[in-house]
Amino acid sequence: MSVTAAAGDSALQVNGGAYEAVIGIECHVELKTETKMFCGCRNVFGSEPNTNVCPVCLGYPGALPVPNRLAIEAIVKAGLAFGAEIPPFSKFDRKNYFYPDMPKNYQISQYDTPFTRGGVVSFWLPDGTQRQIRLTRIHLEEDTGKSIHAGSTDGRLGGSTHSLVDFNRAGVPLMECVSEPDIRSAVEAVAYLEALKRTFVALGVSDVKMEEGSLRCDANVSIRPTGASELGTKTEIKNMNSFRSVQRAIGNEISRQAEALSRGERIVQETRGWDEVAETTIVQRSKEEAHDYRYFPDPDLVPIEFAARDIARLRDELVTLPQPRLERLILHDRVSVVQAHQLIDTPGLADYYEETVALSEAPQATLNFVLGELSRLANETATAVASSALTPKALAEIVDLTSRGAINSKTAKDIIARVWSEGGSPAEIVEREGLGQVSDPAAVDGFVREVIAAQAESVENFRNGKETVLKFLIGQVMKTSRGKADPKLAEERLRALIAGSDP
Amino acid sequence: MSDILDLGAREIARAVVAKKTSALEIAEDALARAHARDGAVGAYLTIVDDVAREQARRVDAALAKGANLPLAGVPVAIKDNMCLSGTRTTAASKILGNWVASYTATAVQRLLDAGAIPVGKANLDEFAMGSSCENSALGVTRNPWDLSRVPGGSSGGSAAAVASGTAAFALGSDTGGSIREPAAFCGVVGFKPTYGRVSRYGLIAFASSLDQIGPIAKSVEDCALVYEIIAGADPADATTVERPVERTLDAMRDDLKGLRVGIVREFDLAKLEPEVRAVYEQAYRDLERLGAELVEVALPTADYGVATYYLIAPAECSSNLARFDGMRYGLRVEGVDVGATYEATRAAGFGDEVKRRILIGTYALSSGYYDAYYVRAQKARTLIAADFNTAFEWCDVIACPAASSPAFEFNAKSDPVSMYLMDYYTIPMSLAGLPSLSVPCGYVTPSGSAKPLPLGLELTTPLFAERALLGVAYAYERGTRHAEKHCPPALEAVR
Repeated sequence: MSVTAAAGDSALQVNGGAYEAVIGIECHVELKTETKMFCGCRNVFGSEPNTNVCPVCLGYPGALPVPNRLAIEAIVKAGLAFGAEIPPFSKFDRKNYFYPDMPKNYQISQYDTPFTRGGVVSFWLPDGTQRQIRLTRIHLEEDTGKSIHAGSTDGRLGGSTHSLVDFNRAGVPLMECVSEPDIRSAVEAVAYLEALKRTFVALGVSDVKMEEGSLRCDANVSIRPTGASELGTKTEIKNMNSFRSVQRAIGNEISRQAEALSRGERIVQETRGWDEVAETTIVQRSKEEAHDYRYFPDPDLVPIEFAARDIARLRDELVTLPQPRLERLILHDRVSVVQAHQLIDTPGLADYYEETVALSEAPQATLNFVLGELSRLANETATAVASSALTPKALAEIVDLTSRGAINSKTAKDIIARVWSEGGSPAEIVEREGLGQVSDPAAVDGFVREVIAAQAESVENFRNGKETVLKFLIGQVMKTSRGKADPKLAEERLRALIAGSDP
Repeated sequence: MSDILDLGAREIARAVVAKKTSALEIAEDALARAHARDGAVGAYLTIVDDVAREQARRVDAALAKGANLPLAGVPVAIKDNMCLSGTRTTAASKILGNWVASYTATAVQRLLDAGAIPVGKANLDEFAMGSSCENSALGVTRNPWDLSRVPGGSSGGSAAAVASGTAAFALGSDTGGSIREPAAFCGVVGFKPTYGRVSRYGLIAFASSLDQIGPIAKSVEDCALVYEIIAGADPADATTVERPVERTLDAMRDDLKGLRVGIVREFDLAKLEPEVRAVYEQAYRDLERLGAELVEVALPTADYGVATYYLIAPAECSSNLARFDGMRYGLRVEGVDVGATYEATRAAGFGDEVKRRILIGTYALSSGYYDAYYVRAQKARTLIAADFNTAFEWCDVIACPAASSPAFEFNAKSDPVSMYLMDYYTIPMSLAGLPSLSVPCGYVTPSGSAKPLPLGLELTTPLFAERALLGVAYAYERGTRHAEKHCPPALEAVR
């Protein structure tokens, strides 16, 4: 994952006037705790249906919830990571509504006393602009079960003959992060979600996998004349199952609203679902059908009070967060925005890079190796860079051997591949196997003469102005020298010797 | 032959531990007695023969290995809103159908671990909503003192089981008086501990912030014995308190010297029938005779108790009972779609009183009404609790009637509000979470009847002062010996 440039985010025009989009995002993030929010059942994805269940998460008569302390600590850490305020007093409330995947027909949630209030999510856009989106709150609740609609062709409710419910997910701790309507484009929306994901993954509080449903989000979208202070009528977009669909759904909705206004229509406040296949949003529910959830404090749970020292301890436990590291890489180390995100968004890669840079003298070359050769090997072998046999110290040696000209880049890549799987000291390998770069003009001339003699036709073509042949001839010199010749010197000597010799 | 069953819980356990009899023998006797006697009284919805025998064998085996079980072989009736694994648990509602509990309530498990033998699941008002047991959808329970009268409620089956001698003690649950009122009506002792003392895990919720499990027994001492076993923090109930449970059995006192007993100014005995009033006046004099000093205390907000309670309890119940929807267990009446199935199931499954409270509670929590009803009721609750705190600056224990009348006849309270007012004396203590009990304090014989009906004196102490409360109640019980003066005719008939 990375910040990527996106098309279709051009300036918004309605009948010749400049408009801007106003977007707020509510996202639900499943916490990666050992056990569920209010019972001891395992919190894992992908088990056989209805195997991680008990009287509590099935809402059996007489069963009572007991809060998971670690889930509460996780949400507080998440808030602290964004500079949120942690109110000293919080409680759980019941949100009452009937739905078959909700065992108690109420959801334990938080109404007016969320665990965290405020805070700011900072991130870069792909074009290098920095953005800050204010958080309204993060609160904790329990997830519902999962309905599976059977008997229809597409797994949807419409046309299904019956529904099945898997309660493994019921009671999984879920944090709901609500943003202020500070987001101005679909690209920003995705960058905001990526920033949340980056932080939650770094904190270890969630896997944030949209494909497993551990991140689900809704967006409130409206448009207004640029610079206006009043908000336009909003619609709520649901059913966005990937970052890509978030971007497309929001982009699509902004266009739909702009077109509607252009035609002189009014925007209707309603809930719209994103249809992945039709690439459009479809009305799901109008405002009139809004629920009265009859929130009230859950009498089965006692209010939670935080002492200042609890908050201080959790603050101390915070790991190095991605945003300050990104800032350091981009603003201090002058790594590009895209490359900095590549480092941060690949587990362990930024650590590896920073350790290597500390030991080597060539930061740029280090960055190129880490993002190039090492990332390629990591992908090919499906191993994290940090768990390969190539230590930062070994990589630093290779970087320095290369930048000193002691080995050429081809040799460097070969050594990286070998040490990646076998380990060992690059300097010793170079020494032992005589892989040092041949930079002695006399020795290189020997290889060049051999090539000129063997490749008469190519030499002739070059003489006749076919410049591209030179690359081939350099390759031949490298081959003849078993990769040791200094490529720059080889080119120089090829040109000189061809020019100085007879046709 | 089976006279041992007429002893108290403590004596039965002693006899079993001393190997004078076995848990299995007692279980067989108790089951036989329950089957023989319960036809007339109807205390039980289910008699759990197999579970009783199995538990008795386990107890005998444990005793053979030298286990020390304080309730060894003691027959107990369990209110049928508490889960006992493997037994039908109904809350006296049709909506649970024939739901069989898959787990055991913490309080019940603690009794089993102490060696008690469950005889059966006792009748109650549906979901514990009522004061006469008449709201049970599954059976009629009659008062053993007069079979034409109600046993009280909601723990009517529990109280009737103890009064009719088919269980040495029972577990009840009290939300606004549901242990104390039926105990008073049935001439036994009913004790509601401080809210948070006894785990509610496995108690089918009516109003979570008020529900509390407690014992109903033939004596204060037995209540203390059972209380010590069931009380204490439970990791499965977040509302239980971590506070250690003080011993109570060694707090039993012979007199009330040095004790200040508060008599509540607002609870004017003149409002009661003259014979009833006379019993309570005598009760207060008895407290004085035993050495207590009577002081008048004020509970100016107590009059708002019933109104406050009938907002908070229905609000909580409207949410607690939402889970009974026909989807996962219990009754299911199919409709054309999910919504219709919900409606058909709940329409068929809940009785009138339960529906009434769900409607009241849903209304009180609705947007636009929440502040006017629910929030205001919570404020009133706080004020009522504050009044008790002030009163307890002047006294150690508060004494008052447990109910305004003895047991009434079936269908005597057809108006819901007149039934709600039966809990006038018990609701304020519940709202304040206080430990409170009812102990027999005399009898009245209604005109045209030859049958004496028991009355109960309600005693209440500050939060967590169970030790003081049980000690005082013991001294009163011992100094008056009302329970020994009469016995229920239903029992005389079988003797």
